[in-house]
Amino acid sequence: MNTVAPAPSISPGRRLWLRFRSDRRGYWSLVIFCMLFVLSLMAELISNDKPLVAHYNGELVFPIFHTYSEKKFGGDFDTPADYLDPFIRDRFKQNGNWAIYPPNHYHYDTLNYFAKAPNPAPPSSENWLGTDDRGRDVLARLLYGFRVSILLALALTVSGVILGVLAGAVQGYFAGKTDLFMQRFIEIWGSMPELYLLIIFSSIFQPSVLLLLVLLSLFGWMGLSDYVRADFLRNRHLEYVQAARALGLSNRQIIWRHVLPNSLTPVVTFLPFRMSAAILALASLDFLGLGVPPRTASLGELLAQGKNNLDAWWIALSTFVVLTVTLLLLTNIGDALRNAIDVRRRA
Amino acid sequence: MSLLEVRNLSVRFGAAQVVHSVSFDIAPGEKFALVGESGSGKTVTALSVLKLNQDAHYEGRILLDGEDILPRGERQMRAVRGKEVAMIFQEPMTALNPLFTIGNQIAEGLMLHEGISAKAAALRTVELLEKVGIPEPQRRALAYPHQLSGGQRQRAMIAMALACKPKLLIADEPTTALDVTIKVQILELLNRLQREENMAVLMITHDLNLVRHFADRIGVMEKGRLIESGATSEVFSQPRESYTRVLLASQPQRLVQVLDGERPALLEAEHVRCTFDIRKGWFGNEPFVAVDDASLLLRPGETLGIVGESGSGKSTLGLALLRLSAAKVSGDIGFAGSNIGAMGESSVRPLRARMQVVFQDPFASLSPRRTIEQIVGEGLALHRPQLDAAAIRQSVMEALQEVGLSVDMLSRYPHEFSGGQRQRIAIARVLVLKPDLVLLDEPTSSLDVSVQQQVLSLLAALQQRHGMAYLFISHDLAVIRAMAHRVLVMKDGKVVESGSADAVLTQPAHAYTQKLLAAADYAEADR
Repeated sequence: MNTVAPAPSISPGRRLWLRFRSDRRGYWSLVIFCMLFVLSLMAELISNDKPLVAHYNGELVFPIFHTYSEKKFGGDFDTPADYLDPFIRDRFKQNGNWAIYPPNHYHYDTLNYFAKAPNPAPPSSENWLGTDDRGRDVLARLLYGFRVSILLALALTVSGVILGVLAGAVQGYFAGKTDLFMQRFIEIWGSMPELYLLIIFSSIFQPSVLLLLVLLSLFGWMGLSDYVRADFLRNRHLEYVQAARALGLSNRQIIWRHVLPNSLTPVVTFLPFRMSAAILALASLDFLGLGVPPRTASLGELLAQGKNNLDAWWIALSTFVVLTVTLLLLTNIGDALRNAIDVRRRA
Repeated sequence: MSLLEVRNLSVRFGAAQVVHSVSFDIAPGEKFALVGESGSGKTVTALSVLKLNQDAHYEGRILLDGEDILPRGERQMRAVRGKEVAMIFQEPMTALNPLFTIGNQIAEGLMLHEGISAKAAALRTVELLEKVGIPEPQRRALAYPHQLSGGQRQRAMIAMALACKPKLLIADEPTTALDVTIKVQILELLNRLQREENMAVLMITHDLNLVRHFADRIGVMEKGRLIESGATSEVFSQPRESYTRVLLASQPQRLVQVLDGERPALLEAEHVRCTFDIRKGWFGNEPFVAVDDASLLLRPGETLGIVGESGSGKSTLGLALLRLSAAKVSGDIGFAGSNIGAMGESSVRPLRARMQVVFQDPFASLSPRRTIEQIVGEGLALHRPQLDAAAIRQSVMEALQEVGLSVDMLSRYPHEFSGGQRQRIAIARVLVLKPDLVLLDEPTSSLDVSVQQQVLSLLAALQQRHGMAYLFISHDLAVIRAMAHRVLVMKDGKVVESGSADAVLTQPAHAYTQKLLAAADYAEADR
């Protein structure tokens, strides 16, 4: 009985990761997705209308962090310098001055007053993916829009998981009357017209990302709570829960230490799918003009622009590609995760 | 000529070989038993005869009536299954389709293989049900599986298997899921049918003593190999292999130490009654009485065995005594001087360290996502807050050593252990708290026979060392006989008999106890 070779023990979580990694498509999707996300977090350094660092008349300046007056660079007015102005650009090229610009010279809300082509402008060496009908760079808007989408989707997923797990855990663990009343509450809550509420609220309050987040999370947890509830209902009868009760653990300790870790399978499986659903929901709200405030870069708003300017194919096409690739990556990750959780499969 | 000849059969699933070159014969009308513990490959061997193993790779030959069936395709196999060779399974509840009536399911095979009309099949079905001893066969043919008792379901399964008069009946642990008294009835039924129909029977079981009166010949399997086979009397009187001797000696020996002197009661229960509410209609509730008016007394260091068949309320009573039952409990329960029957959950909690439970299923009773150290140490961290991490680890290691596990297992997870090891871990979790009372709820019934004996010896040794009192719940009289000082016999929620183990198990007063004993002794009648 004691002669089992002391092999290194692998925790269930680690085994899950090993199985996940053996699915190459899902693994590489995760890697690419993470890289894209990190890149978009550094969007200010990649796509900005201000130089990262510049040397002007013997002084190092950091326009990306500081707002400098135009006067400082030889301009006439005491307004923030426009670094796309050919005059200012010229000043940086004279007597030993230099400036390092980000790879893409536009912020998401930069209007290029010195553009050579009418708006919307097709792709060119100036604007790699063209401009939208207000003259803003499409690449910059895609980059920032991607970031907003992912961040909002992450926040929505996290809030949905917390609320959903909490509600599902309470219903499933205590069952009986608690379950009965909460189920009815969820049915009533779930039958509220979400879209109407969004329209009403966006006309009462100043539209903002935070308001959108709060409203969407209020309705985004119900699907998940059902799955968690079902798992709790099953697990609460297992003998290890009885054993924990026999040890004298309180309900909260039993839920937290014993039932919850064994009931998280549906939560983990659904995470990537919930993310992609959130991104899609956000894009459709923006498309309808009910989402984020107008000036914010967003994929849905770009799609709406593409629809309004069908001849400007570069707007719709590039947005479509970004959205499709994002959703595809998330679906791949989700598929791999679902397979990894299925213990009948071998790594 | 043999009906079935298995020659050098090897079965592989992927890289894992589970059956190694097994050969045996079954003559027409012969009863052959394959005996082995779980994982010995006995079921896989039997399923190979019907080619029912999924994703299996076969080598060797299986001759049925002189023809090799292994090269046959699915289509040809379908003509064999049910017609030439029929099968009954361990758990009739899951082997029967819950959505069809018993009659439908029996008639299905008849219509398929014999091509008779639905009307003729229905008539035959009633005949078959009568033959397997189901009362009111006309009415029962229209019953759904859940409307029958466990024994009746197994009878219906047998009727289904017999429908097409197979030459060979494969019975895979047909009595394991049944209560002892019903077990004997099913064995006798199989015996009678085998004689009447003159069919061959291949019986698969883990219980060597069970087939003593049933089988003509026995094959013993261990780790995928057929290590010994021969006539039943030979195997029983002169076992060649040591493993066979282990299986034969698996009837537990009496391990009870005589207690001296009168001691004050540790657990005292009077008129305990447990009821569950069963929903009736929309708002009404109807109480179901699981335990009715049970009284008992347990002294320190003593073992009280609670015996009964499934549904007799023995587990409900045990859990109720420890205030763990979901049922409504009334009556007085006194534990170590406090009336825990009337206390609130939060005031019982400090006492939990002194009364502990070991459950039946070691696979379900250990949380799969916690290490052994966390599982065993959890109670200490809760009840002995003065201990620091190092002291807890020290106690956990001592407990593990005491139950016969090595300390390098601390950081492992439950899935890395066998059933017997897991049950030791569950015992260590209890032991580390040094409780006064342990409820043992069928602690050995999901273990293999050879492991069962080890766990029982361990429990007895621990009791003598630490003076714990055991409440030992079991359906197995042999286990109770080995462990208990005093015995309580339950039937349908009532205590029908109680007293010292010697008195109850040798001179039972109640008719039900006598019936139980007779059934348990069926296997070892002429020892």
